[in-house]
Amino acid sequence: MAIKVLVLAEIRDGENLTKSTREALGLSRRLVENSGGGEVAAVLPVQSAGDLPQSLAAWGADRVLVAESAEFGNYSPGGFAASVVAAVECVQPAAIIVGGTAHGKDLTPRLSARLSVPATTDCIGVEVQGDNIYALRPAYGGKVQMKVSFSKLPAVLCIRPNVFETVAEDTSRSAQIENLNLSLTDRDLAVRITGSEKTTGERPDVAEADIVVSGGRGMKEAGNFRLLEQLAQALGAGIGASRAAVDSGWRPHGDQVGQTGKFVSPTLYVACAISGAVQHLAGMIDSKVIVAVNKDPDAPIFKVANYGIVGDVFEVVPAIVEKLKKHA
Amino acid sequence: MNIVVCVKQVPDTEARVQIAEDGRSIETQDINFILNPYDEFAVEQALLTREELGGEVTVVSLGGDSAAAAIRTAMAMGADRSILLKTSEPADDPFQVARAIAGEIGGTDIDVVFFGKQAVGNEHGQVGILTAELLGIPGISEVSEIEITANRVTGKREIEGGTESFECSLPAMFTTQKGLNEPRYPSLKGRMAAKKKPLEVKEVSLGEQLLAVESLNYPPQRERGKIVGEGAAAAVELVRLLREEARVI
Repeated sequence: MAIKVLVLAEIRDGENLTKSTREALGLSRRLVENSGGGEVAAVLPVQSAGDLPQSLAAWGADRVLVAESAEFGNYSPGGFAASVVAAVECVQPAAIIVGGTAHGKDLTPRLSARLSVPATTDCIGVEVQGDNIYALRPAYGGKVQMKVSFSKLPAVLCIRPNVFETVAEDTSRSAQIENLNLSLTDRDLAVRITGSEKTTGERPDVAEADIVVSGGRGMKEAGNFRLLEQLAQALGAGIGASRAAVDSGWRPHGDQVGQTGKFVSPTLYVACAISGAVQHLAGMIDSKVIVAVNKDPDAPIFKVANYGIVGDVFEVVPAIVEKLKKHA
Repeated sequence: MNIVVCVKQVPDTEARVQIAEDGRSIETQDINFILNPYDEFAVEQALLTREELGGEVTVVSLGGDSAAAAIRTAMAMGADRSILLKTSEPADDPFQVARAIAGEIGGTDIDVVFFGKQAVGNEHGQVGILTAELLGIPGISEVSEIEITANRVTGKREIEGGTESFECSLPAMFTTQKGLNEPRYPSLKGRMAAKKKPLEVKEVSLGEQLLAVESLNYPPQRERGKIVGEGAAAAVELVRLLREEARVI
């Protein structure tokens, strides 16, 4: 069946499309093309649209529905939900795709409730078969993969960051751009986001980074993470931490990778002084390539690492940084 | 204050997970079940709210008979009463779960509802917000800091690269992030006292199912890789392999 897909366009720092939005568009283009045609629409809740509709077109949207509001300087859970609901009415999609960012994960169940439709999160695969859509997602800490189906459409699919490819940016692409006339109710504005605080500087968030450098109990103290910051700098990486490092107060909870932290799927995950407990593996087992550096040759992390170095992180990591810098 | 905290009984994260014969559920026989880790923060915040503002904490859980164990842990931490929404259906669909919970607590005069941000196992992370939406009350997910007064709530939630601040009024729902508080241990005294507190069991049927589990499969096994070498001397070869073989840098 030719299908229409609606993507939530999320922006960050007031002006850039999130990588997850571009990934959602890439997935949508493939779903639509594989189904024999249709349409990729994007809904953009924003304070001021600027060039964003053109950017959405360049990344794969055929149609952009702009929901401009003075209330959208920050995330507005109810306001964004209302915007998507209004867009659904215009587009009549078979699927609504939302990037699995903090805002995306928050929005997904709101859409499910307001539209009375099924929603699923942390999708790592999506397929259309005839009139049905199926999603694949990890469960039980990544120990199994769950295939889910939907009794009615549209289905809301929240996708894990870093799993789906974007299309190549094509600035010659154009899209039909229209304005959604939104009137936000008191209920829509009942939750107000009043501001935000950045704590990780320029580094990408651990859940979105292509490369993650992560430290565990064997780092011994907070100050030693400086070494990993150097490695992260050399690789353009995000920095993660095991639960032990977070519980010891060395790293903020937002950096935690694992069952009670974030589930990440980077291209490269470098586990430094992390033993590889089951709960940590739950968070990073889907990484494309895993490197482990650990003093203990029997550390469970070596069972899942593609490449391992048995040794002291305090000697090995500086040597890696030096080698990377030589070739920079 | 009428404070509700919703909890779930889940498999221990150490548990070895085996797919059952039906291909869409897991074997539960040899598994140790525990109170969902994120729910501990929810129970703790409910108790702190009661300590600060007075009132009563009711624990609600949906599940089979075994869900009573999660309830008992929450009661041992200090909750006042509990309700088990009993069903033998698998409850794979978060919408069904939220509908059942909203159906139970919706008629009552609640002030604040807490959920853990997501449950080990299905890991949907939706039931809290779904319940708030179905109840028509403000809901905030993944709260890392919170201050509740009689009529207004402020706090923070984690986002990429930092936090964002929120505010809303009561009644409201919050899902709890790790680090929101330090959950107290259920003491032996607490466990003994819990046995005397009311546990109400209500049979529920789950209604229309929107999301279904078609199948569970094991993910492709990761092949054990190679030990590149020992110590700092192996760094050179590692970088070469990452560049030329794995092509990830």
